[in-house]
Amino acid sequence: MASEPQGGLTEYIQHHLTFLSSPHVSKNGFWTLHVDSITVSLVLGAMFSLWFWMKARKATAGVPGRGQAFVELVLEFVDGQVKDVFHGDRRVLGPLALTVFIWVFLMNAMDLLPVDLLPWITEKFGVGHFRAVPTADINMTFAMSLTVFVLIIFYSFKAKGFGGYMHEMFTAPFGKHPALWIPNFALNLVELLSKPVSLAMRLFGNMYAGELVFMLIAGLFSAGSWWLYGMGIIGYTVWGLFHILIISIQAFIFMVLTIVYISMAHDHH
Amino acid sequence: MNFNATLIGEMLSFAILIWFCVHFIWPHLNKAIEERQIKIADGLSAAERAHAELKSADVKVAAEIKLARQQATEIIDKAQQQANQIIDKARAEAVVEINRLKAVAQDDIANMAQRARDQLREHVGALAVQGASKIVQREIDPAAHKALLDQLAAEI
Repeated sequence: MASEPQGGLTEYIQHHLTFLSSPHVSKNGFWTLHVDSITVSLVLGAMFSLWFWMKARKATAGVPGRGQAFVELVLEFVDGQVKDVFHGDRRVLGPLALTVFIWVFLMNAMDLLPVDLLPWITEKFGVGHFRAVPTADINMTFAMSLTVFVLIIFYSFKAKGFGGYMHEMFTAPFGKHPALWIPNFALNLVELLSKPVSLAMRLFGNMYAGELVFMLIAGLFSAGSWWLYGMGIIGYTVWGLFHILIISIQAFIFMVLTIVYISMAHDHH
Repeated sequence: MNFNATLIGEMLSFAILIWFCVHFIWPHLNKAIEERQIKIADGLSAAERAHAELKSADVKVAAEIKLARQQATEIIDKAQQQANQIIDKARAEAVVEINRLKAVAQDDIANMAQRARDQLREHVGALAVQGASKIVQREIDPAAHKALLDQLAAEI
């Protein structure tokens, strides 16, 4: 409630749901940029890259240090997940899954920061709106799911060739008869397009809802009664603990589905 | 839920992150992990080999000990035999020596007895002459009766 002490809960939440947009002039136009989402995601992405890169650069086959052991643990966990689903060359899919997992996890984890912390800090620098959780921005989740979508198309072409992929689009799953071409294609198209949408919407929905619940609980702090204030502390703690589970599961689901979709693109019907 | 240029920016940064991970993170870490796996596998097989070697060495050592014990027993037996032989030989030599000494002693005894007898004989002759002279109350020419006296002494 640092920014608008007299605003009431609705205004408080609306304020917190407003992105830091640039340029301010053409607000809500297509060329608007959510500076907060981009900044936070880039900082976290850079943190992940540098951290893992440092460990990877110094990685030895000897006895690993704690940092290297942790990084290797994560890598082997991700590699195991990829190996279970995909039985081909893992040199791209493995790093892709690792990037997805860590990056999504870190961005989700921003939800665990106090909901007013980053907006309060940015306000000190004269920036009124700041949303800390990039994965609660539908642009962010769709950016990742569409990249995965591009990779699905790419690997479908790579594995089956353009002709083979088209053949599959028109003849599976019902059969080769010309009368079935249209139903086949329609079904495949829906299946294909539903992948990025479900991938993005699932993560976005979970994170957006989680953020909203944090804001609602934070509203209790300014409700004006000590009893509600105590409830707010308890609620915030409990929801925060539960949210640790949600952010991990969502990061894991995003990773596993990415692996599954791309390995499906390699499969021949 | 308004889509905007954020989407494109985030897609690009996601692609860059994936590229970075593919080229700079995954291969290095994976290499280290695989090398360590090989090292661990080597270490385990080496330990297994050492274990097997130890086992065979134990068997060898046991055989050696058994052999050594056998040899020691043989040596002791031989030594005992030799000792027995030496004792037997010494005993035989001692018996020979005893017999020799006995023979020498017997010779000595015989000589001494002979000498004593001779001396006695001489004395007997003299005593007999003395006695006879006393009996006869006169001097007898010892030279004239020597033959008679010698005969007497020999008869004693």
